[in-house]
Amino acid sequence: MVTLHINGLQVSQEKGTTLLEAAQFLGFPIPTLCHMEGLTPYGACRLCVVEIGEGPRARLVTSCTYPVEEGLKVRTASRRVIKARKMILELLLASCPQSKTIQDLASAHDVKQQRFKQEHEDCILCGRCVRMCEEQMVAKAIGFRGRGQDRSIGTPFDEKSEVCRLCGGCMFVCPVCELRCTYTDPDKAICGGCGNHSAVCLEKPQFDDMMCYMDPCVACEIENIKEIKED
Amino acid sequence: MMDRSEVLDILERHKEASGQLMSILESLQSKHGYLSQEAMELVAQETGRSLTDIYGVATFYKAFSLEPRGKHLISVCLGTACHVRGGPAIAEEISQQLNIEPGGTTPDREFTFETVNCLGACALGPVVVVDGHYFPKMTTSKVGEIIAKAKTGLDAVEIDTDKRVFPVEVSCAYCNHSLMDPHHMIDDQPGIRVTVSFEDKHGWFVLSSLYGSYKIESMNPIPRDMIMHMFCPHCHAELIGGAKCPECRAPMVPMIVRGGGVVQICARRGCKGHMLDLGGGTLE
Repeated sequence: MVTLHINGLQVSQEKGTTLLEAAQFLGFPIPTLCHMEGLTPYGACRLCVVEIGEGPRARLVTSCTYPVEEGLKVRTASRRVIKARKMILELLLASCPQSKTIQDLASAHDVKQQRFKQEHEDCILCGRCVRMCEEQMVAKAIGFRGRGQDRSIGTPFDEKSEVCRLCGGCMFVCPVCELRCTYTDPDKAICGGCGNHSAVCLEKPQFDDMMCYMDPCVACEIENIKEIKED
Repeated sequence: MMDRSEVLDILERHKEASGQLMSILESLQSKHGYLSQEAMELVAQETGRSLTDIYGVATFYKAFSLEPRGKHLISVCLGTACHVRGGPAIAEEISQQLNIEPGGTTPDREFTFETVNCLGACALGPVVVVDGHYFPKMTTSKVGEIIAKAKTGLDAVEIDTDKRVFPVEVSCAYCNHSLMDPHHMIDDQPGIRVTVSFEDKHGWFVLSSLYGSYKIESMNPIPRDMIMHMFCPHCHAELIGGAKCPECRAPMVPMIVRGGGVVQICARRGCKGHMLDLGGGTLE
Protein backbone atom coordinates (compact mmCIF):
# COMPACT_ATOMS: atom_id res chain seq x y z
CA MET A 1 0.00 0.00 0.00
CA VAL A 2 1.12 3.53 -0.74
CA THR A 3 0.22 6.39 1.56
CA LEU A 4 -0.19 9.89 0.19
CA HIS A 5 -1.97 13.14 0.95
CA ILE A 6 -4.71 14.48 -1.27
CA ASN A 7 -5.89 17.97 -0.36
CA GLY A 8 -4.50 17.39 3.12
CA LEU A 9 -6.31 14.10 3.63
CA GLN A 10 -4.21 11.03 4.14
CA VAL A 11 -5.15 8.06 2.00
CA SER A 12 -3.67 4.62 1.43
CA GLN A 13 -4.01 3.09 -1.99
CA GLU A 14 -2.82 -0.02 -3.79
CA LYS A 15 0.42 0.45 -5.70
CA GLY A 16 -0.37 1.22 -9.33
CA THR A 17 -3.55 3.16 -8.61
CA THR A 18 -3.69 6.49 -10.41
CA LEU A 19 -4.09 9.83 -8.67
CA LEU A 20 -7.45 10.18 -10.38
CA GLU A 21 -8.74 6.96 -8.86
CA ALA A 22 -7.35 7.89 -5.46
CA ALA A 23 -8.99 11.32 -5.57
CA GLN A 24 -12.28 9.83 -6.70
CA PHE A 25 -12.05 7.31 -3.87
CA LEU A 26 -11.95 10.23 -1.46
CA GLY A 27 -14.73 11.96 -3.34
CA PHE A 28 -12.73 14.84 -4.77
CA PRO A 29 -14.16 15.66 -8.16
CA ILE A 30 -11.68 15.87 -11.02
CA PRO A 31 -13.09 16.65 -14.44
CA THR A 32 -12.06 14.28 -17.23
CA LEU A 33 -12.62 14.15 -20.93
CA CYS A 34 -10.30 11.67 -22.60
CA HIS A 35 -10.45 9.34 -19.62
CA MET A 36 -12.91 6.49 -19.75
CA GLU A 37 -13.31 3.48 -17.57
CA GLY A 38 -12.32 0.35 -19.46
CA LEU A 39 -9.84 2.16 -21.68
CA THR A 40 -6.17 2.68 -20.93
CA PRO A 41 -5.37 6.10 -19.45
CA TYR A 42 -4.13 8.40 -22.16
CA GLY A 43 -3.51 11.87 -20.71
CA ALA A 44 -4.42 13.69 -23.89
CA CYS A 45 -7.02 16.26 -22.83
CA ARG A 46 -5.09 17.48 -19.75
CA LEU A 47 -8.36 18.39 -18.03
CA CYS A 48 -7.59 16.14 -15.08
CA VAL A 49 -4.44 18.05 -14.12
CA VAL A 50 -3.59 18.19 -10.43
CA GLU A 51 -0.72 19.86 -8.65
CA ILE A 52 1.86 17.67 -6.96
CA GLY A 53 4.90 18.49 -4.87
CA GLU A 54 5.52 21.59 -2.83
CA GLY A 55 7.01 25.04 -3.17
CA PRO A 56 8.99 25.81 -6.30
CA ARG A 57 9.05 22.14 -7.25
CA ALA A 58 5.28 21.90 -7.45
CA ARG A 59 4.10 20.89 -10.88
CA LEU A 60 1.00 19.98 -12.80
CA VAL A 61 0.52 16.38 -13.89
CA THR A 62 -2.36 14.53 -15.46
CA SER A 63 -3.95 12.58 -12.65
CA CYS A 64 -5.32 9.91 -14.99
CA THR A 65 -1.83 8.70 -15.90
CA TYR A 66 0.13 9.49 -12.72
CA PRO A 67 0.50 6.57 -10.31
CA VAL A 68 0.30 7.11 -6.56
CA GLU A 69 3.64 7.69 -4.84
CA GLU A 70 4.61 7.30 -1.22
CA GLY A 71 4.32 10.61 0.64
CA LEU A 72 3.09 12.54 -2.39
CA LYS A 73 1.21 15.76 -1.68
CA VAL A 74 -1.57 16.32 -4.18
CA ARG A 75 -3.85 19.30 -4.61
CA THR A 76 -6.80 18.69 -6.88
CA ALA A 77 -8.25 22.20 -6.90
CA SER A 78 -5.49 24.69 -6.19
CA ARG A 79 -5.57 28.09 -7.84
CA ARG A 80 -3.00 26.97 -10.36
CA VAL A 81 -4.98 23.84 -11.22
CA ILE A 82 -8.23 25.76 -11.69
CA LYS A 83 -6.47 28.33 -13.88
CA ALA A 84 -4.96 25.60 -16.04
CA ARG A 85 -8.28 23.78 -16.37
CA LYS A 86 -10.08 26.94 -17.37
CA MET A 87 -7.49 27.64 -20.01
CA ILE A 88 -7.80 24.11 -21.37
CA LEU A 89 -11.56 24.45 -21.51
CA GLU A 90 -11.20 27.73 -23.33
CA LEU A 91 -8.98 26.08 -25.89
CA LEU A 92 -11.40 23.18 -26.24
CA LEU A 93 -14.25 25.65 -26.74
CA ALA A 94 -12.19 27.39 -29.38
CA SER A 95 -11.93 24.22 -31.42
CA CYS A 96 -15.22 22.41 -30.74
CA PRO A 97 -17.95 24.73 -29.46
CA GLN A 98 -20.68 22.37 -30.63
CA SER A 99 -19.85 19.68 -28.09
CA LYS A 100 -22.33 19.48 -25.26
CA THR A 101 -19.78 17.68 -23.11
CA ILE A 102 -17.32 20.54 -23.45
CA GLN A 103 -20.00 23.19 -23.00
CA ASP A 104 -21.20 21.49 -19.83
CA LEU A 105 -17.67 21.31 -18.49
CA ALA A 106 -17.15 24.98 -19.35
CA SER A 107 -20.32 25.92 -17.52
CA ALA A 108 -19.38 23.83 -14.54
CA HIS A 109 -16.01 25.56 -14.36
CA ASP A 110 -17.41 29.01 -14.75
CA VAL A 111 -15.62 29.73 -18.01
CA LYS A 112 -16.88 33.14 -19.06
CA GLN A 113 -14.78 33.95 -22.09
CA GLN A 114 -13.14 32.36 -25.07
CA ARG A 115 -10.24 34.48 -26.17
CA PHE A 116 -8.93 32.41 -29.09
CA LYS A 117 -9.71 32.27 -32.77
CA GLN A 118 -13.01 30.48 -33.07
CA GLU A 119 -12.89 27.28 -35.08
CA HIS A 120 -15.44 24.59 -35.68
CA GLU A 121 -13.47 21.37 -35.65
CA ASP A 122 -15.19 18.04 -35.35
CA CYS A 123 -12.47 16.34 -33.34
CA ILE A 124 -10.39 17.19 -30.29
CA LEU A 125 -8.05 14.20 -30.77
CA CYS A 126 -8.83 12.79 -27.34
CA GLY A 127 -8.28 9.30 -28.74
CA ARG A 128 -11.28 7.75 -27.02
CA CYS A 129 -12.55 6.22 -30.24
CA VAL A 130 -9.11 4.91 -31.17
CA ARG A 131 -8.73 3.19 -27.81
CA MET A 132 -12.32 1.95 -27.88
CA CYS A 133 -11.77 0.37 -31.29
CA GLU A 134 -8.50 -1.22 -30.30
CA GLU A 135 -9.08 -2.25 -26.71
CA GLN A 136 -12.76 -3.03 -26.40
CA MET A 137 -13.66 -3.97 -29.96
CA VAL A 138 -10.24 -5.47 -30.78
CA ALA A 139 -10.54 -4.17 -34.30
CA LYS A 140 -7.99 -1.36 -34.74
CA ALA A 141 -9.94 -0.04 -37.68
CA ILE A 142 -9.14 3.59 -36.91
CA GLY A 143 -6.01 5.25 -35.67
CA PHE A 144 -4.12 8.50 -35.51
CA ARG A 145 -2.67 9.76 -38.75
CA GLY A 146 -0.19 12.51 -39.50
CA ARG A 147 1.25 14.80 -36.92
CA GLY A 148 1.02 18.27 -35.50
CA GLN A 149 -1.74 20.34 -36.99
CA ASP A 150 -2.32 17.70 -39.65
CA ARG A 151 -3.08 15.01 -37.07
CA SER A 152 -6.37 13.33 -37.64
CA ILE A 153 -8.22 10.16 -36.79
CA GLY A 154 -9.46 7.78 -39.42
CA THR A 155 -8.86 4.64 -41.39
CA PRO A 156 -5.66 4.10 -43.42
CA PHE A 157 -5.88 5.83 -46.80
CA ASP A 158 -9.39 7.01 -45.87
CA GLU A 159 -10.71 3.80 -47.27
CA LYS A 160 -13.52 1.69 -45.91
CA SER A 161 -11.92 -0.56 -43.33
CA GLU A 162 -12.06 -4.31 -43.68
CA VAL A 163 -11.75 -4.86 -39.95
CA CYS A 164 -14.46 -2.38 -38.97
CA ARG A 165 -17.65 -4.12 -37.87
CA LEU A 166 -19.68 -0.92 -37.86
CA CYS A 167 -20.27 -1.36 -34.13
CA GLY A 168 -20.57 2.36 -33.61
CA GLY A 169 -18.47 2.19 -30.45
CA CYS A 170 -16.31 5.05 -31.66
CA MET A 171 -19.29 7.34 -32.03
CA PHE A 172 -20.74 6.20 -28.72
CA VAL A 173 -17.67 7.26 -26.77
CA CYS A 174 -16.98 10.44 -28.71
CA PRO A 175 -17.41 13.56 -26.59
CA VAL A 176 -17.62 15.80 -29.63
CA CYS A 177 -19.59 14.25 -32.46
CA GLU A 178 -22.90 14.48 -30.71
CA LEU A 179 -25.91 16.66 -31.11
CA ARG A 180 -25.39 20.12 -29.86
CA CYS A 181 -27.61 20.95 -26.93
CA THR A 182 -30.57 22.64 -28.53
CA TYR A 183 -30.65 25.64 -26.34
CA THR A 184 -27.92 27.73 -27.82
CA ASP A 185 -27.01 30.07 -30.55
CA PRO A 186 -24.64 28.09 -32.76
CA ASP A 187 -22.37 31.03 -33.46
CA LYS A 188 -21.75 31.76 -29.82
CA ALA A 189 -18.64 30.11 -28.45
CA ILE A 190 -19.86 29.75 -24.89
CA CYS A 191 -23.34 28.41 -24.75
CA GLY A 192 -23.89 28.94 -21.07
CA GLY A 193 -27.22 27.17 -21.48
CA CYS A 194 -26.85 25.43 -18.21
CA GLY A 195 -26.14 28.65 -16.42
CA ASN A 196 -29.12 30.25 -18.14
CA HIS A 197 -32.00 30.86 -15.82
CA SER A 198 -34.71 29.96 -18.28
CA ALA A 199 -33.70 26.46 -19.22
CA VAL A 200 -35.95 24.23 -21.30
CA CYS A 201 -37.12 22.31 -18.30
CA LEU A 202 -38.49 25.49 -16.78
CA GLU A 203 -40.32 26.59 -19.88
CA LYS A 204 -41.81 23.20 -20.59
CA PRO A 205 -43.10 21.82 -17.31
CA GLN A 206 -43.81 18.42 -18.84
CA PHE A 207 -40.08 17.65 -18.41
CA ASP A 208 -39.51 16.95 -14.77
CA ASP A 209 -36.01 16.98 -13.35
CA MET A 210 -35.74 13.23 -13.75
CA MET A 211 -35.89 13.66 -17.49
CA CYS A 212 -33.58 16.64 -17.66
CA TYR A 213 -30.92 16.03 -20.25
CA MET A 214 -28.94 19.09 -19.29
CA ASP A 215 -27.33 17.46 -16.30
CA PRO A 216 -25.38 18.90 -14.45
CA CYS A 217 -27.54 21.93 -15.13
CA VAL A 218 -28.81 23.53 -11.97
CA ALA A 219 -31.14 26.04 -13.59
CA CYS A 220 -34.23 24.62 -11.93
CA GLU A 221 -32.66 24.69 -8.53
CA ILE A 222 -31.58 28.30 -8.99
CA GLU A 223 -35.15 29.08 -10.03
CA ASN A 224 -36.44 27.38 -6.89
CA ILE A 225 -34.10 29.41 -4.72
CA LYS A 226 -35.29 32.56 -6.44
CA GLU A 227 -38.91 31.65 -5.80
CA ILE A 228 -38.20 30.97 -2.17
CA LYS A 229 -36.49 34.33 -1.83
CA GLU A 230 -39.35 36.15 -3.52
CA ASP A 231 -41.78 34.51 -1.13
CA MET B 1 4.37 -1.31 -60.59
CA MET B 2 5.52 -2.53 -57.24
CA ASP B 3 7.42 -5.75 -57.19
CA ARG B 4 5.95 -8.04 -54.55
CA SER B 5 9.11 -10.07 -54.22
CA GLU B 6 11.17 -6.96 -53.52
CA VAL B 7 8.97 -6.12 -50.55
CA LEU B 8 9.10 -9.72 -49.33
CA ASP B 9 12.86 -9.64 -49.66
CA ILE B 10 13.07 -6.56 -47.45
CA LEU B 11 10.75 -8.15 -44.94
CA GLU B 12 12.87 -11.29 -44.91
CA ARG B 13 15.95 -9.24 -44.14
CA HIS B 14 14.27 -7.63 -41.13
CA LYS B 15 12.87 -10.85 -39.79
CA GLU B 16 15.47 -11.35 -37.07
CA ALA B 17 13.90 -9.08 -34.48
CA SER B 18 10.34 -7.93 -34.02
CA GLY B 19 9.50 -4.27 -33.75
CA GLN B 20 11.46 -3.27 -36.80
CA LEU B 21 8.65 -1.39 -38.48
CA MET B 22 10.68 1.78 -38.88
CA SER B 23 13.60 0.06 -40.56
CA ILE B 24 11.27 -1.92 -42.81
CA LEU B 25 9.57 1.28 -43.93
CA GLU B 26 12.93 2.99 -44.35
CA SER B 27 14.19 0.19 -46.60
CA LEU B 28 10.98 0.29 -48.62
CA GLN B 29 11.22 4.03 -48.97
CA SER B 30 14.82 3.95 -50.15
CA LYS B 31 13.99 1.14 -52.57
CA HIS B 32 10.91 2.62 -54.21
CA GLY B 33 11.34 6.25 -53.28
CA TYR B 34 7.98 6.20 -51.55
CA LEU B 35 5.62 3.97 -49.62
CA SER B 36 2.89 2.65 -51.84
CA GLN B 37 -0.40 1.46 -50.49
CA GLU B 38 0.19 -2.08 -51.76
CA ALA B 39 3.61 -2.18 -50.10
CA MET B 40 2.17 -1.10 -46.76
CA GLU B 41 -0.66 -3.60 -47.04
CA LEU B 42 1.84 -6.33 -47.75
CA VAL B 43 3.94 -5.30 -44.74
CA ALA B 44 0.80 -5.42 -42.59
CA GLN B 45 -0.09 -8.86 -43.89
CA GLU B 46 3.39 -10.32 -43.46
CA THR B 47 4.29 -8.82 -40.09
CA GLY B 48 0.84 -9.29 -38.59
CA ARG B 49 0.66 -5.64 -37.59
CA SER B 50 -2.44 -3.66 -38.23
CA LEU B 51 -2.43 -1.43 -41.28
CA THR B 52 -3.72 1.36 -39.05
CA ASP B 53 -0.49 1.31 -37.03
CA ILE B 54 1.71 1.18 -40.11
CA TYR B 55 -0.18 4.01 -41.75
CA GLY B 56 0.07 6.00 -38.52
CA VAL B 57 3.84 5.62 -38.42
CA ALA B 58 4.22 6.30 -42.13
CA THR B 59 2.24 9.53 -41.94
CA PHE B 60 3.81 10.63 -38.65
CA TYR B 61 7.39 10.86 -39.87
CA LYS B 62 8.29 13.38 -42.52
CA ALA B 63 11.03 11.09 -43.78
CA PHE B 64 8.36 8.83 -45.26
CA SER B 65 6.52 9.84 -48.37
CA LEU B 66 3.25 8.34 -49.53
CA GLU B 67 3.56 9.97 -52.92
CA PRO B 68 6.07 8.89 -55.57
CA ARG B 69 9.15 11.05 -55.34
CA GLY B 70 11.52 12.25 -58.03
CA LYS B 71 14.89 10.73 -58.80
CA HIS B 72 16.67 13.65 -57.17
CA LEU B 73 15.70 15.27 -53.91
CA ILE B 74 16.40 18.95 -53.37
CA SER B 75 15.95 20.21 -49.81
CA VAL B 76 16.21 23.88 -49.01
CA CYS B 77 16.78 24.77 -45.39
CA LEU B 78 14.44 27.41 -44.04
CA GLY B 79 15.62 27.25 -40.44
CA THR B 80 16.17 30.53 -38.65
CA ALA B 81 19.81 30.97 -39.65
CA CYS B 82 19.22 30.02 -43.29
CA HIS B 83 16.02 32.06 -43.35
CA VAL B 84 17.73 35.30 -42.42
CA ARG B 85 20.51 34.64 -44.90
CA GLY B 86 18.16 34.34 -47.82
CA GLY B 87 16.80 30.77 -47.77
CA PRO B 88 13.32 31.81 -48.93
CA ALA B 89 14.73 33.55 -52.03
CA ILE B 90 16.59 30.35 -52.94
CA ALA B 91 13.47 28.27 -52.38
CA GLU B 92 11.56 30.67 -54.60
CA GLU B 93 14.22 30.43 -57.33
CA ILE B 94 14.22 26.62 -57.28
CA SER B 95 10.44 26.65 -57.30
CA GLN B 96 10.48 28.79 -60.42
CA GLN B 97 13.20 26.90 -62.26
CA LEU B 98 11.59 23.52 -61.63
CA ASN B 99 8.10 24.96 -61.88
CA ILE B 100 6.89 23.12 -58.79
CA GLU B 101 5.82 24.16 -55.32
CA PRO B 102 7.76 22.99 -52.25
CA GLY B 103 6.75 19.41 -51.53
CA GLY B 104 6.04 18.79 -55.20
CA THR B 105 7.60 16.54 -57.79
CA THR B 106 8.25 17.48 -61.40
CA PRO B 107 5.96 15.70 -63.90
CA ASP B 108 8.95 13.84 -65.40
CA ARG B 109 9.74 12.45 -61.90
CA GLU B 110 13.24 13.91 -62.05
CA PHE B 111 13.12 16.24 -59.06
CA THR B 112 11.34 16.45 -55.76
CA PHE B 113 11.67 19.78 -54.07
CA GLU B 114 11.04 20.30 -50.38
CA THR B 115 11.79 22.80 -47.69
CA VAL B 116 13.06 21.66 -44.31
CA ASN B 117 13.05 23.49 -41.03
CA CYS B 118 16.65 22.99 -40.00
CA LEU B 119 19.44 20.77 -41.22
CA GLY B 120 21.66 21.51 -38.25
CA ALA B 121 24.27 23.07 -40.51
CA CYS B 122 23.48 26.66 -39.62
CA ALA B 123 27.09 27.83 -39.98
CA LEU B 124 26.92 26.88 -43.67
CA GLY B 125 23.68 28.75 -44.31
CA PRO B 126 21.84 29.14 -46.49
CA VAL B 127 22.12 25.42 -47.15
CA VAL B 128 20.70 23.36 -49.97
CA VAL B 129 20.99 19.58 -49.95
CA VAL B 130 20.76 17.70 -53.20
CA ASP B 131 20.78 13.90 -53.02
CA GLY B 132 22.69 14.00 -49.76
CA HIS B 133 25.28 16.50 -51.00
CA TYR B 134 25.45 19.74 -49.05
CA PHE B 135 25.79 23.04 -50.87
CA PRO B 136 26.81 25.69 -48.36
CA LYS B 137 26.37 29.47 -48.69
CA MET B 138 23.93 29.16 -51.57
CA THR B 139 22.95 32.02 -53.81
CA THR B 140 20.11 32.25 -56.29
CA SER B 141 22.61 32.42 -59.16
CA LYS B 142 24.02 28.99 -58.24
CA VAL B 143 20.62 27.30 -58.42
CA GLY B 144 20.67 26.58 -62.15
CA GLU B 145 24.14 25.11 -61.97
CA ILE B 146 23.23 22.80 -59.12
CA ILE B 147 20.09 21.55 -60.82
CA ALA B 148 22.12 20.76 -63.95
CA LYS B 149 24.74 19.00 -61.84
CA ALA B 150 22.12 16.92 -60.08
CA LYS B 151 20.84 15.70 -63.44
CA THR B 152 24.24 14.35 -64.46
CA GLY B 153 24.67 12.72 -61.08
CA LEU B 154 26.32 14.20 -58.04
CA ASP B 155 27.95 10.91 -57.17
CA ALA B 156 30.41 11.47 -60.00
CA VAL B 157 33.58 12.21 -58.12
CA GLU B 158 35.67 15.29 -58.60
CA ILE B 159 39.09 13.76 -58.22
CA ASP B 160 41.08 16.96 -58.18
CA THR B 161 39.07 18.79 -55.55
CA ASP B 162 37.73 16.16 -53.22
CA LYS B 163 40.25 15.25 -50.56
CA ARG B 164 38.21 12.32 -49.33
CA VAL B 165 38.95 10.52 -52.56
CA PHE B 166 42.29 8.75 -52.87
CA PRO B 167 43.54 5.80 -54.91
CA VAL B 168 44.20 2.48 -53.20
CA GLU B 169 46.32 -0.36 -54.49
CA VAL B 170 45.02 -3.74 -53.52
CA SER B 171 46.04 -7.37 -53.81
CA CYS B 172 44.40 -10.74 -53.35
CA ALA B 173 44.00 -11.75 -49.71
CA TYR B 174 44.98 -15.35 -50.55
CA CYS B 175 47.88 -15.22 -53.06
CA ASN B 176 48.86 -11.58 -52.45
CA HIS B 177 49.04 -11.06 -56.19
CA SER B 178 48.24 -7.46 -57.16
CA LEU B 179 44.72 -6.96 -58.50
CA MET B 180 45.56 -3.68 -60.20
CA ASP B 181 45.05 -3.62 -63.95
CA PRO B 182 47.08 -0.82 -65.62
CA HIS B 183 45.46 -1.62 -68.96
CA HIS B 184 42.01 -0.87 -67.71
CA MET B 185 41.76 2.70 -66.50
CA ILE B 186 38.80 3.93 -64.50
CA ASP B 187 38.71 7.52 -63.18
CA ASP B 188 42.14 7.90 -64.85
CA GLN B 189 43.56 5.33 -62.45
CA PRO B 190 44.38 1.67 -62.94
CA GLY B 191 41.28 -0.35 -62.09
CA ILE B 192 40.92 -3.26 -59.68
CA ARG B 193 40.25 -6.34 -61.74
CA VAL B 194 38.55 -9.44 -60.39
CA THR B 195 36.52 -12.26 -61.84
CA VAL B 196 32.89 -12.16 -60.95
CA SER B 197 30.16 -14.75 -61.15
CA PHE B 198 26.47 -14.55 -60.48
CA GLU B 199 23.63 -16.81 -61.55
CA ASP B 200 25.17 -18.67 -64.52
CA LYS B 201 27.23 -15.73 -65.71
CA HIS B 202 30.94 -15.45 -65.34
CA GLY B 203 33.25 -12.65 -66.44
CA TRP B 204 35.65 -9.88 -65.63
CA PHE B 205 34.75 -6.99 -63.44
CA VAL B 206 36.78 -3.83 -62.89
CA LEU B 207 36.26 -1.39 -60.05
CA SER B 208 37.60 2.10 -59.69
CA SER B 209 40.59 2.09 -57.39
CA LEU B 210 39.60 5.48 -56.04
CA TYR B 211 38.37 5.15 -52.51
CA GLY B 212 35.10 7.08 -52.60
CA SER B 213 34.27 6.43 -56.25
CA TYR B 214 31.78 3.73 -57.10
CA LYS B 215 32.42 3.42 -60.82
CA ILE B 216 32.61 -0.07 -62.21
CA GLU B 217 32.87 -1.77 -65.56
CA SER B 218 31.75 -5.30 -66.13
CA MET B 219 31.71 -7.86 -68.95
CA ASN B 220 28.16 -8.89 -68.11
CA PRO B 221 25.64 -6.30 -67.05
CA ILE B 222 24.91 -6.94 -63.39
CA PRO B 223 21.39 -6.38 -62.17
CA ARG B 224 20.98 -4.10 -59.15
CA ASP B 225 20.99 -5.84 -55.78
CA MET B 226 22.54 -9.00 -57.21
CA ILE B 227 24.98 -10.50 -54.71
CA MET B 228 28.13 -11.30 -56.68
CA HIS B 229 30.85 -13.82 -56.02
CA MET B 230 34.26 -12.34 -56.68
CA PHE B 231 37.35 -14.39 -57.44
CA CYS B 232 41.02 -13.58 -57.72
CA PRO B 233 41.99 -13.74 -61.42
CA HIS B 234 45.35 -15.22 -60.44
CA CYS B 235 44.77 -17.92 -57.83
CA HIS B 236 41.01 -18.27 -58.52
CA ALA B 237 40.21 -18.29 -54.82
CA GLU B 238 36.91 -16.72 -53.91
CA LEU B 239 37.41 -13.35 -52.24
CA ILE B 240 35.17 -13.76 -49.27
CA GLY B 241 35.56 -13.01 -45.59
CA GLY B 242 33.37 -13.45 -42.56
CA ALA B 243 32.19 -9.86 -42.36
CA LYS B 244 28.66 -8.75 -43.26
CA CYS B 245 27.89 -5.45 -44.96
CA PRO B 246 26.90 -2.83 -42.37
CA GLU B 247 24.30 -1.49 -44.80
CA CYS B 248 22.61 -4.56 -46.22
CA ARG B 249 24.03 -7.66 -44.48
CA ALA B 250 25.42 -9.11 -47.71
CA PRO B 251 28.88 -10.73 -47.49
CA MET B 252 31.87 -8.43 -47.75
CA VAL B 253 34.74 -8.91 -50.17
CA PRO B 254 38.14 -8.35 -48.50
CA MET B 255 41.24 -7.12 -50.33
CA ILE B 256 44.70 -6.34 -48.97
CA VAL B 257 45.73 -2.70 -49.27
CA ARG B 258 49.32 -2.14 -50.23
CA GLY B 259 51.09 -0.46 -47.34
CA GLY B 260 49.07 -2.38 -44.78
CA GLY B 261 45.41 -2.77 -44.01
CA VAL B 262 42.31 -4.33 -45.52
CA VAL B 263 39.53 -2.82 -47.55
CA GLN B 264 36.21 -4.62 -47.69
CA ILE B 265 33.48 -3.86 -50.19
CA CYS B 266 29.92 -5.08 -50.24
CA ALA B 267 29.21 -7.88 -52.71
CA ARG B 268 25.76 -6.53 -53.46
CA ARG B 269 25.57 -4.56 -56.68
CA GLY B 270 24.49 -1.01 -55.99
CA CYS B 271 25.20 -1.15 -52.27
CA LYS B 272 27.85 1.31 -51.18
CA GLY B 273 28.75 -0.46 -47.97
CA HIS B 274 32.48 -0.65 -47.45
CA MET B 275 35.02 -0.71 -44.68
CA LEU B 276 38.61 0.40 -44.72
CA ASP B 277 40.96 -0.77 -42.01
CA LEU B 278 44.45 0.67 -42.36
CA GLY B 279 45.81 -1.01 -39.27
CA GLY B 280 44.54 1.83 -37.13
CA GLY B 281 40.87 2.78 -36.83
CA THR B 282 38.13 1.63 -39.16
CA LEU B 283 36.73 4.00 -41.74
CA GLU B 284 33.20 3.26 -42.89
